[in-house]
Amino acid sequence: MLLLQSVFNGISVSSVLLIAALGLAIIFGLMGVINLAHGEFIMLGAYATFAVQSGFKAVLGESGLSLYIIFALPVAFIVTALVGLALERSVIRFLYGRPLDTLLATWGFSLILRQFVRSVDWSLFIGIAVFCLLFFGGLAILRRRLDGQQTRKGANTILLLLSLGIAIVTRVLLGQTDATALTKPWFSARNVDVTAPNWLQGGVPIGSFQFPFARLFIIALTIVCVVATYWFLQRSRWGLRIRAVTQNRSMSACLGIPTRKVDALTFALGSGLAGIAGCAITLLGSVGPNIGQNYIVDTFMVVVVGGVGNLVGTIVAALAIGTLTYLIGSGMFALLLTPVEALNPLADFFTFFATTSMAKVMVFALIIAFLQFRPSGIFPPKGRTAES
Amino acid sequence: MTAETSIGTVGRKRQRRQTLLMEGVAVVVIALLLIFAMPALLSGFRLNLLGRFLALAIVALGIDLIWGYTGLLSLGHGIFFALGGYALAMHLQLRTAEGLPDFFTLYGVEELPWFWQPFHSFPFAVVAVILVPSLVAGLFGYLVFRNRIRGVYFSILTQAALLVFFNFFNGQQELINGTNGLKTDTTEIFGVTVGSSQGQLVFYVLTVPLLIATYALCRWLTSGRFGRLLIALRDDESRVRFSGYNPTAFKTLVFAVSGGIAGVGGALYTVQSGIISPAAMEIAFSIEMVIWVAVGGRATLIGGILGALVVNFAKTFLSDQYPEVWLFFLGALFLLVVTILPEGVLGWLRSQGVKQMLGKSKKVSTYSSLEQNPEEERERENTEN
Repeated sequence: MLLLQSVFNGISVSSVLLIAALGLAIIFGLMGVINLAHGEFIMLGAYATFAVQSGFKAVLGESGLSLYIIFALPVAFIVTALVGLALERSVIRFLYGRPLDTLLATWGFSLILRQFVRSVDWSLFIGIAVFCLLFFGGLAILRRRLDGQQTRKGANTILLLLSLGIAIVTRVLLGQTDATALTKPWFSARNVDVTAPNWLQGGVPIGSFQFPFARLFIIALTIVCVVATYWFLQRSRWGLRIRAVTQNRSMSACLGIPTRKVDALTFALGSGLAGIAGCAITLLGSVGPNIGQNYIVDTFMVVVVGGVGNLVGTIVAALAIGTLTYLIGSGMFALLLTPVEALNPLADFFTFFATTSMAKVMVFALIIAFLQFRPSGIFPPKGRTAES
Repeated sequence: MTAETSIGTVGRKRQRRQTLLMEGVAVVVIALLLIFAMPALLSGFRLNLLGRFLALAIVALGIDLIWGYTGLLSLGHGIFFALGGYALAMHLQLRTAEGLPDFFTLYGVEELPWFWQPFHSFPFAVVAVILVPSLVAGLFGYLVFRNRIRGVYFSILTQAALLVFFNFFNGQQELINGTNGLKTDTTEIFGVTVGSSQGQLVFYVLTVPLLIATYALCRWLTSGRFGRLLIALRDDESRVRFSGYNPTAFKTLVFAVSGGIAGVGGALYTVQSGIISPAAMEIAFSIEMVIWVAVGGRATLIGGILGALVVNFAKTFLSDQYPEVWLFFLGALFLLVVTILPEGVLGWLRSQGVKQMLGKSKKVSTYSSLEQNPEEERERENTEN
C-alpha cells in the first residue's frame, strides 16, 4: 500500500516534469537549441494562473474560484507561448547554429524574466508599452521611407536607443509620482499561493490512503498534453512540417517548407507547454520568482537521457527520473530493504540518500553511469543524422 | 602563408621574442602597480574587493582556456571553485581549532571524519587546493568525453553536476557544516588572523603573482602546438580524430587544468571574503563566470581578466545602488554580448584594428564549427544570398 502511494506521488511529480520536458525536447530536437529560460516559462505559467485566479476572485467573488483553472490553462499556454515567440523572433533566430551562445542568451532572458515578475507594476508596463509603440511603429515607418541596407541598419540602431531611452525615462518619471496604483508591484517578491478549486480538494480514498484529486488532475492533464502533442506532431499539417525539418532541414527547405515559420511555431509550442506545466505546479505548492530553477535541471536531464527527436524517449525518461528521485528521496527503498536482514548494509546506503537533495545526487550518478552505455539517450537517433 | 615564409625563420623568431619581451615587461609593470600602488591608493574595503575580483579573474582564465580555446562551455566551474575554497578553509579550521572545529560539536560529531585528517598538514592543503578540483574535473571530463558527449550536452551535464555538488554540500551538516559553510575570518595562519587587515593585505599581494603565474601557464599552453591542437578541437573535432589524435585525452587534460585553476581562484577568493559555503556552487554564479569571459573576449586570456574585473565592479556598484536594476542589467549584458559583440570587447577591438590595417573586413570566427549543424549552416547561407 505504502509502495503504491509512493509510486503514485512519484508519478504525479514526474508528470509535471514530463509536460515541461516535452516542450524542451521538441525545441531541442528541431533546432538544437537548449532553452535555459524554460524554467522561467514554467514560472510565467504559474504566475499567469495566479493572475487569472485573482481576476476571477475580483469579478465573480468566491464562486469564481471553482472555475478559474479551466480558463487559466489556455491563458497560461497563450501567455508563455507569446513570450516564447517574442524571444525566438527577437534573439534566438539570429543565433541558429551557435547553440552555446543561445544557451547564454536564454539565460540572460531568464534573469530578466525573474526580475520582471518581481518588479512589474503599471509604470513598468506602461514603459514597455511605450517602447514597443515607439520602436515597432518607428520600424514600420522606416521600412516605408528608407531603402538601402546600410542606412536602415544605422537608423534602426538609433531608433532602438531612442525608444529605449524614452521608455526608461517614462518609467522613472512614473515611478516618482505618488500614485500607488502605478507603482504597486503586481506580484510581490514573496511567494504567492494559488488555492486549488473546490472540486480539486480532497481525494479518492483507497484503503487507508487518499489519492488527492489535485494530483490525479495533474496526471490527467499530462496525459492530455502528451496525446495532444503526439496528435499534433503526427497528424496535423504543421506537425508533419516540424518532423520534416527535424529530420532534414535543407531538404525540407528545398521542398518549400517555410523553415523559419516552423522554428517560430515550434518555439511557441514548446514554451506554451512549459506554461501548462506552470499551471500544474500551482496545484502542488506556492509559487515564487525562482521556482523555475527547481525544475530546470531535472528537465534537462530528461532530455539528455531521453534522446533527441523522440517523444517516447522523453516520456520514459521523465517518468523514470521523476519516480526514481521521489522513491529514493522519500526513503522508500530504505524502508523496503530494512526488513530483510541480509540487505541491511544496502538499506543503510539508501537511508543515506533519503532526502530530496541527496536523491538528486544519486540519480545524477545513475545518469552518468547510464550515459556510459548509451551516450545518446534511450532512443538514439539512427542513420545519417546520428553523427553530425 | 607564402608571405610569412619569405620573412624568414630567423626574423620571425626575433620578432616573436621581441613581442614576448614587451608583453613580459607590461605584465611586470602592471603587477608592480597592483602590488605597491593599489594598497596605498585604495581603502581597505576597496582593496579587498579588488583582491577578490583578481581571484575571480584567475577562474576566468581557466574558463577562457576551455571555452575560448577548446570550445567546451562549462556551466559547472563553481564546483572546482568551491572545492579549492573548501580545501583551504578546512585546513584553516583545523589549524585554529583545538581538537575539533566548533561546528562539529553542534551536530554531535565526536570524531574527525576521515577525509578531514590529511588537512592537518599545510603542504597537503596547498596541494589539495589544486589537485582535488583537477582530479574531480579530470574524472568527470573523462567519463563524459569518453562517450563523445559534447556541445550543449556537455554544458547541461556540467550544470547538473554542479547542482549535485551543491545539494551534497548543502545536505551534509555532519561532514562539512552544510549551508553555513566554513568561516575563515577568525582562523589563524602562521600567527596572523586571516580576517585582519594585515592578513588580507598578504592575501591580496599573494593573489597578484598567482594571477600572473596562471596567465603565464595559459599563455604557454595556448601558444605552442598544444594550443593549436586545442583550437583544432574546437573547430573540428572529427578531423582531429582522423588525424590520429585522441581528443578524449586532450580534452580531459585541459578540463582538469582548468579545474585546478578554478580551485586556486576559489581558495584565494575564500580567504579574502571570509567564508566558503555551498552558495559558491549556485547555478547563477557559475554562469556568471562564463559571461566574464564573454564580455572580455573569448580566446584572448586578457579579455577574461578584464571581463571579470569590470563585470564584478559593475555588480558591486549596481547591486549596491539600484538592486532592482542589477538583474535586468546582467540579463541584458548576456543578450547583448551574444548577439552584438560575440567576440567580446577585446576581440571586437582587435578585429576592428585588423580591419583598419588591411583596409578590408576580415571575418574572424570564434565559433566552433563542430557545434554547428552543417546542414543548417548551408541553408542559412543559401537563404541569405
